[in-house]
Amino acid sequence: MPLLAVNDYSKIFEIHHLGRQIPVFQHLTFDLMAGQFLLVSGPNGIGKSTLLRCLFRSYLPSSGQAIFDSSYGPIDLARASDIDILTLRNEEIGFVTQFLRPRPRVSALELVAEPLLGSGIDEAEAFQQARDLLSNFGLKRELWDAYPTTFSGGEQQKVNLSRALVAPRRLLLLDEPTASLDIATRESLANRLGELKDQGVAMIGVFHHPEDVQHLIDDQVELAPIAVHANGVPGD
Amino acid sequence: MTDTSNPGAVVKSHPMLDAPIINRVPPLVVARNLTKYYGSIKAVDGVDVIAYPGEILGIVGESGSGKSTVLRLLNLEEPANGGVYHLQINSLANTNLFDLDRFDKRDVRVHHIGIVYQNPHLGLRMRYSASGNVAERLLITGERTFGTLRSKSNASLQASEFPIDRVDDPPSVLSGGMQQRVQLAKAIALQPELLLLDEPTTGLDVSIQATVLDTLKRIQRLRTITMILVSHDLGVIRTLADRVMVMRNGRVVEQGLTDQILEDPQDPYTQQLVHAKL
Repeated sequence: MPLLAVNDYSKIFEIHHLGRQIPVFQHLTFDLMAGQFLLVSGPNGIGKSTLLRCLFRSYLPSSGQAIFDSSYGPIDLARASDIDILTLRNEEIGFVTQFLRPRPRVSALELVAEPLLGSGIDEAEAFQQARDLLSNFGLKRELWDAYPTTFSGGEQQKVNLSRALVAPRRLLLLDEPTASLDIATRESLANRLGELKDQGVAMIGVFHHPEDVQHLIDDQVELAPIAVHANGVPGD
Repeated sequence: MTDTSNPGAVVKSHPMLDAPIINRVPPLVVARNLTKYYGSIKAVDGVDVIAYPGEILGIVGESGSGKSTVLRLLNLEEPANGGVYHLQINSLANTNLFDLDRFDKRDVRVHHIGIVYQNPHLGLRMRYSASGNVAERLLITGERTFGTLRSKSNASLQASEFPIDRVDDPPSVLSGGMQQRVQLAKAIALQPELLLLDEPTTGLDVSIQATVLDTLKRIQRLRTITMILVSHDLGVIRTLADRVMVMRNGRVVEQGLTDQILEDPQDPYTQQLVHAKL
């Protein structure tokens, strides 16, 4: 059984005050196996990130199924209750972006350890793993106890990636995580993703420069423009 | 196009979601068809509230939407005109809390529910010390030993990240953020299962607000307490809430995961509310 089976999956935004429907993708079907890396490709603005956000349920997909083979058994991410999605986000499905949301007076180390602390891991162990990852991504040791609100963009990204990848996940959704990383950090990230893939983590990624992760890609799903009739209703 | 106005669904915006299958833990809070009139005005008009153990449920809406009234009903502060309210706690699970007499209601409030109000005057005695305010809560349960009262109060203040060198100061000389921390310490002193938060950081400086929100987050993580947070501030909701209900004119117009409600709202009103944010 695939880890994720996406079937006839569509997203249409309905903007009420404009009285408009905006189709993004329609009738997508693809499978993803454990340990597989799937690249989402297509031109800018075609809805690649929207696909990832639908799978994470930050957006509600309009129709179709996304059957995820969770450790609790198969569950349709398109229809799962909100509380089940929260459990899956805490335990099995991760979302990696290029943006950190630092909070005032929360240290880099604490931000990174937080996803582990939330899952009930012992505090000492959580902070040790956070330190390992921060050092892996090359954040200077003297910044670990400092507040990322004051960090440079590059430093924030190292914290962001560490936080996003610290907890074990079975599926990772990667939304342009390499954008605007320096070369060394990009390499650390590709290495880390390679390790996780070897451990069986499945990934779906959107990359501005797919060559950063070329050696990891097993397959791709290509998003194509949708024909829209004059009245704004999507055609097939 | 998906029909988002399915009249059969309780909340029309989610006609297509399944019942939970992974989570087998029953919700702590099950309130159905909450109704409250003030004269001819329906302040709360058939609202359902479901909250699971350890989650933070947000309620947003403009002034007059009925969100604070829902909180007062859940705090058993005023009688409801209709509806049932259950807390999944051993001794109470089969009781509609609205049916209890006022002594039993008070008992439920003391042992199982904590509340933090926007206005600290509602929750605190401004001339008692911070520590005394918290101890008062402990006295209700019959604790009389001075040393125990003091140490338990201070432990609760510490959990609320209140500076320990100021526990003898009365709230009247404390800053707004500190007053909220005293309210919080008082609310969690008896380790309630449910914590109600009514605009807990409204009116505080943005940076103070952020640290109070962080404290709440830490308490929720360490104590797996269920929180219901009422706020008109979408930033506060985004920072804290796992799920959110959107209220208007006493009804719930939409509910969902916080990021989904803020980034992909389905209801016309929620779309306007979210986009009206500066």
